Amino acid sequence: MAECVECGADVALHDDLEVGEILDCTTCGAELEVTDTNPPVLEKAPELEEDWGE
Amino acid sequence: MNVGMLYSRIRKDEKLLLSELRDRGHEVTKIDVRKQRFNIEQAPPAFDDLDLVIDRCLATSRSLYVTQFCEAYDVPVVNSPDTAEVCADKVKNSLALTRAGIPTPNTDVAFTKDAAMEIIEDFGYPCVLKPVIGSWGRLMAKIDSKSAAEAILEHKATLGHYEHKVFYVQEFVEKPGRDIRVLATDGEPVAAMVRSSDHWLTNAAQGAETAEFELDDEARDLVEQASDAVGGGLLGVDLMETGDSYTVHEVNHTVEFKALNDTTDVDVPAAVVDWLEATAAERQEVTAQ
Ligand SMILES: [Zn+2]
Repeated sequence: MAECVECGADVALHDDLEVGEILDCTTCGAELEVTDTNPPVLEKAPELEEDWGE
Repeated sequence: MNVGMLYSRIRKDEKLLLSELRDRGHEVTKIDVRKQRFNIEQAPPAFDDLDLVIDRCLATSRSLYVTQFCEAYDVPVVNSPDTAEVCADKVKNSLALTRAGIPTPNTDVAFTKDAAMEIIEDFGYPCVLKPVIGSWGRLMAKIDSKSAAEAILEHKATLGHYEHKVFYVQEFVEKPGRDIRVLATDGEPVAAMVRSSDHWLTNAAQGAETAEFELDDEARDLVEQASDAVGGGLLGVDLMETGDSYTVHEVNHTVEFKALNDTTDVDVPAAVVDWLEATAAERQEVTAQ
């Protein structure tokens, strides 16, 4: 578990957490970026300025 | 091998690749491009001893520059800067496809509202206006009437980034409510899916439904040609069915495949890593000679 920096809710974390990974807070919908895994640290993910996708 | 992965976000796609690479015992160096500085002569320390770099930057400008630096540092990179350059820009993309004789929707480009309006009136309604850069179907407009055309052109001209001052107008292809996305490695299809939606945009990122698609010989042939036309690599080729044939809309680099992986029985990350291994081996041979 880690805390959402946006709303303070608990965010469930899986085992294979990866630095740079983006998680969605299921409570407030904020995009969170994993900046450390040991211990897990979440920060608000920066907005994407450009995109490329499926 | 030691694989460098350039990224600014680790999405599901990158996680799939990372775990496949690690499961096979490869070393992986994750390189967050936001934290790097790229000197014109000297590679950053993160690049030491890399056998191959895979560019997974979402942002087009980053992708365009880091791949050039990789090449300057003599580190093999997929996709290559040449491929990135053609794929990142819809105009270059369309020109490359046409030059190679591949069927692609008729497209006109103009630089002013008035000239764009002329194209739209010529093409008739509906037609499609697309930004030259960007994906996920964002900022694309299907234009159904002259009044809609006038409003959209005015908005683009007033609010748009300079890239939106290039008006890329394309004929609307009456597709059967779906389009085809093929993931290919140097022209060899890994898997394909159809994306269907009641909406005219059928991007997976726009919530389209996906199903596996069996490619026929003609489609396979077009995928190979389209890949060659943009310089090869790990690519997403977008096709649409036009009755008895196909038209190739565009070829994407830094391609996502998580929706495809969920759709098909093919182990997509495994196929991609097979190809990365083969590419690295090939490049080593070239260097050894
Ligand atoms: Zn939250």
